[in-house]
Amino acid sequence: MCKQTVIELSVNNHPGVMSHICGLFARRAYNVEGIACMPVNGGGTSKIWLLVDADDRLDQMIKQVDKLEDVLIVERYDSGHPVFAKMAEFVQ
Amino acid sequence: MKMSGAEITIKLLERQGVRTIAGIPGGANLPLYDALGQSGNIKHILTRHEQGAGFIAQGMARVTGKPAVFFATSGPGATNTLTAIADAKLDSIPIICITGQVPLSMIGTDAFQEVDTYGLSVPITKHNFLVRSAEDLLKVIPDAFRIAASGRPGPVVIDVPKDVQMAMVEFDQWPEPGVPDATPELFHGEIEHAASMINRAEKPILYLGGGVIQSDSASQALAVAEKGAIPSVMTLMGLGTIPTGHPLNLGMLGMHAARYTNLALEECDLLIAVGVRFDDRATGKVSEFCPNAKIIHMDIDPSELDKIKTAHASVRGDVADVLKALLPHIERQSRTEWNSRIEALKAAHPMIVPGADDPTSPYGVILKAAELVGDQAIVCTDVGQHQMRTAQVYPFTQPRHWLTSGGLGTMGFGMPAALGAALAAPDKPVICFSGDGSIMMNIQDLATAMEYDIPVKIILTNNNALGLVRQQQDLFYGKRYVASDYCKCVDFMKIADGFGIRTFDLGNCEDPEGTLAQALAEPGPALIHVPISPDEPVYPMVAPGAANSQMIGGENHV
Repeated sequence: MCKQTVIELSVNNHPGVMSHICGLFARRAYNVEGIACMPVNGGGTSKIWLLVDADDRLDQMIKQVDKLEDVLIVERYDSGHPVFAKMAEFVQ
Repeated sequence: MKMSGAEITIKLLERQGVRTIAGIPGGANLPLYDALGQSGNIKHILTRHEQGAGFIAQGMARVTGKPAVFFATSGPGATNTLTAIADAKLDSIPIICITGQVPLSMIGTDAFQEVDTYGLSVPITKHNFLVRSAEDLLKVIPDAFRIAASGRPGPVVIDVPKDVQMAMVEFDQWPEPGVPDATPELFHGEIEHAASMINRAEKPILYLGGGVIQSDSASQALAVAEKGAIPSVMTLMGLGTIPTGHPLNLGMLGMHAARYTNLALEECDLLIAVGVRFDDRATGKVSEFCPNAKIIHMDIDPSELDKIKTAHASVRGDVADVLKALLPHIERQSRTEWNSRIEALKAAHPMIVPGADDPTSPYGVILKAAELVGDQAIVCTDVGQHQMRTAQVYPFTQPRHWLTSGGLGTMGFGMPAALGAALAAPDKPVICFSGDGSIMMNIQDLATAMEYDIPVKIILTNNNALGLVRQQQDLFYGKRYVASDYCKCVDFMKIADGFGIRTFDLGNCEDPEGTLAQALAEPGPALIHVPISPDEPVYPMVAPGAANSQMIGGENHV
């Protein structure tokens, strides 16, 4: 099984941001396996967590995501992130 | 102050220094047009198709380096702009498209002339906005100019619902005009490392692209080339960086390069890639591109570094800053051995230009026109054989004088882009090389040229075919010319005449050179018709997907 990694994004919070991010992955046929999003500090920004397969295109994907105007910070958690561990309980 | 969203938009555009906007009005952007009509500072160019407006904006932006604006209404107006926007994305051109949208409350109801402009433009813009309140315009418009021009430039779409255009806003002061962000800081270690690789290399080649043009650093690139005696190739987008005729100029590389250019790249031991993205038309089969070379890649966009080719050294930064910082570290040397080898390659595998002396031949008309218009001319092309021929032989001498659709390869680009160039640089002659296939794709804007008396000279080489397609069928599809030959002829002279454009025909004409000179000296727009044979290929050619060393045609048999 492919090793997975989590990308944590801080983004501006408005309708359309998600389509920028998901579109970026979709057109490169790079599946997002899991996704979580919550507003931060009253809703001016949001955090998005993406669970993705860690294949050799990942560095390029992260650079492309980082270029998006609405993406403020990109962090990578190669050993996973508890948000998905908790979410997994809902889909067992 | 109290103003409507539309008035705010127009005022903000004025404050950004916008003086010309191309576009077409419709129901959803009429408030913007009404406000535009009250502006004494902005001239509007009414096109016949929104794609033409987009390419006029591109022509202005490519010549000036500054963001240019165009307008379209909602629905079909917006969808008609998409090709011009995608074209700007691939060539990193700063344009701003402002579209009208149905009122906010009607978005998502399949209202008349409603389309999801935001959604459609996500993958083809650098950034896009759907403006949800008139107050937001005070931030969005300067932001759009900042984003379009910062870092690696690109297109921005601003979709403005009609009720947002009409809403009244009270505000205290105007925001500052949007300006490009400061260029990123350089890592001096990267510069020094690159310089030491260049100084140690025996057979280096500079590989210069559109990034050099965009960052206005052609003179720095030339200085680096000259100080290190480094032969230089250019991408289609980089032409004009090193003057034609300069001993270090190896011309364009890739699919339609001269043989010596691709052969020199086969031999180089260091490829210094500056503001390029390793496009497949330039590299050929990428695994066999510059097989013996280490690579240094310099670019402002970090996502271009290691995207196609993993570089041995990367330098992230604005190309102008990078070259400026690099120059003092470059050792002055003559590289006599390598440059004599290049001279030998040039002598053994020269660029063969059939019909160079005949102004009625496909290459000859380009060379003759170049001679007649002089080195201040801005040269636009459409897409096809005429484009590749112009790229191969036109004597470019400076940046921002060569406008062509590189990345997207859009037929229909040339004529409206030429209109934009002429509007942006009224003091310079503007010529457009087109083909019969290409010009048809935006021929309606001949009316725009006529109406505003924009002095572009369109040189139409007519082979009554889709030449490059036909050439590929000739070479790779057993000469089965499916759908690439037109069965009947269109009379372009009558068409242009009908649009109110002066016409000149170099076919069956006693003095083609004199006729060409007369046409180019016309004060207004003119169409110069040059009938040519469909059986004249553009050589050399590298088959799509093949290595650049495997060139077809253009051999020297002398």
